[in-house]
Amino acid sequence: MIEAQGLTKRYGDTLAVDHLSFAVEPGRITGFLGPNGAGKTTTMRLILGLDRPTSGTVTVNGKHFSQLAWPMREVGALLDAKAVHGGRSAYNHLLCVAQTNSLPKRRIGEVLELVGLTEVAKKRSKGFSLGMGQRLGIAAALLGDPQILMFDEPVNGLDPEGILWIRNLMKALAAEGRTVFVSSHLMSEMENTADHLIVIGRGRLISNCTTAEFIAANSQQEVQVRTPQPEELARLASAAGATVRDEAGDRLVLLGLTAAQVGDLAFENRIRLHELAPAHASLEQAFMELTAPSVEFHSGLPDPVERESAHAGEVA
Amino acid sequence: MAAATAHEALVGGTVGRRPAGRASFLGTVRSEFTKIRSVRSTYWTLLALVVACIGIGALFSWGQTQRLQSFRSGARLDGQKIGPGAAAHIAAQIHSSAASISLFGLLIGQLIIIVLGALAITSEYSTGMIRTSLSVMPRRGTLFAAKGLVFGLVALVTGIVTSFLAFFAGQAILSSQHVSTTLGNPGVLRTVIGGGLFLAVCGLLSFGIGAMLRHTAGVIAAGIGLMFVLWILSQFLPSPPSGWFGQADIDKWIPFNAGSSIWENQANGLHPFSPWIGFAVFCAYAVAAIVGGLVIFLRRDA
Repeated sequence: MIEAQGLTKRYGDTLAVDHLSFAVEPGRITGFLGPNGAGKTTTMRLILGLDRPTSGTVTVNGKHFSQLAWPMREVGALLDAKAVHGGRSAYNHLLCVAQTNSLPKRRIGEVLELVGLTEVAKKRSKGFSLGMGQRLGIAAALLGDPQILMFDEPVNGLDPEGILWIRNLMKALAAEGRTVFVSSHLMSEMENTADHLIVIGRGRLISNCTTAEFIAANSQQEVQVRTPQPEELARLASAAGATVRDEAGDRLVLLGLTAAQVGDLAFENRIRLHELAPAHASLEQAFMELTAPSVEFHSGLPDPVERESAHAGEVA
Repeated sequence: MAAATAHEALVGGTVGRRPAGRASFLGTVRSEFTKIRSVRSTYWTLLALVVACIGIGALFSWGQTQRLQSFRSGARLDGQKIGPGAAAHIAAQIHSSAASISLFGLLIGQLIIIVLGALAITSEYSTGMIRTSLSVMPRRGTLFAAKGLVFGLVALVTGIVTSFLAFFAGQAILSSQHVSTTLGNPGVLRTVIGGGLFLAVCGLLSFGIGAMLRHTAGVIAAGIGLMFVLWILSQFLPSPPSGWFGQADIDKWIPFNAGSSIWENQANGLHPFSPWIGFAVFCAYAVAAIVGGLVIFLRRDA
């Protein structure tokens, strides 16, 4: 159980984390979601005591992280794949980590096997790919068989196989009753993995609920139509209370009416429909809209939502 | 399937029952020893240290034998024949400082141990390893002390071994002109052990600066400035107006001068501090750097 109370971190003029309060419960995967620069990594650094909060507190199992008797037996963390000395072999990296908490040497072989790095154990991690580095970081996190696991953007830059592996690992860990706290900037990734979502933007808490609740609250019914009279249908639909989300050629995307209502509207007004299909607005889009006011750096490109969704689609 | 394996291995893992007490200092010391012995840069730097100290000491010793030989063969200086008295005087001079002559390489060796001392802590920051280190041992004082202790021991053992090897190599060369000394002569054993102590404390001074600056290049520059440049400057700066205080009163406080009083010959009168007092002053500088480093290590975000 991780608990934050009014957690605040200021770097000079920047307020990275702003009065954040939340609890991460055991036995489920809690997704920590927010756009880049929202303060996810800073929050995790505050949990681990790498940074000192400006105000507020964060505890792990009721204690400040540095007061835990055997830190590795309680918390395993992967902050980034680069937190290793590249000149050290994978085995020696895990050995020096295990020794701090007096963990038995044979455990190193187990976690190497578990993450699939046994064959390269004697190789210096300098030559590792991002995915291998990520696995090495996870191996270190699992060394103490901890009840709480924290992963910061674990799927970043991984190939689909690697993503699937991490997703399954997290599910297996949560199924064993462990607390899994994982950050991501991709809604689509969390939608498939997390049971609970903590959404932040600009260091502030935006939403804290189950993934199902988040989806129910944020996904809207969309209807996609193709018609030779798009202007006319758009006008009628708007009059009926719908929002026209997209208009291109003979294609319309309408929000706020069901497919049946759109069909009836067209029939009553003698508008020919060539296509009528209900669709869920992507959660990615809901997430983008939710956090849009809090995104730190807006791109100058015309349609960030479209680009982000496309990107998210690839990763998922 | 990986996940299935994950499940079994995690449940049936051999982590063992949670022991009583808490993660100990000894465990962190073991970890730090693993760290220092498992990267190649340690071995290269230590090898460079040994080679430089022995090589330069041997070269300097050989130079002294050549000088003495030319005096003994009666070479002419400014058209005047050198008398046998002058050669005997030079021989006595070399013999009395034979230990220091063979340790001349420490002048360069100190710079190498400064690099090693800096790397012992700055490499954690430059590689990002510090984030892992502190998230498995969040008690920063424990981590700092273990790191300092392990590095200090490695530096001390290497320093003493290097100092003795350089001594024996130098004496072997000086003995060709029968001006070598032995460990049994007064002050010689202190000089040779002192050479090793000097190297170790140089390294620890650099370690302390490393914890303050966290940046390898910056620490090396600061260390070299403190040990080498300050010393060179002290050789060239004009004397203070007479009647105030002597040049030597300032010079003796220069870190290199204070620290080297333990291994440089006292007979030449260059060091107003006695060997152990001078060395204690040097240790005080190192302690100041380490305390400064510790305060920053404890307080600043990692």
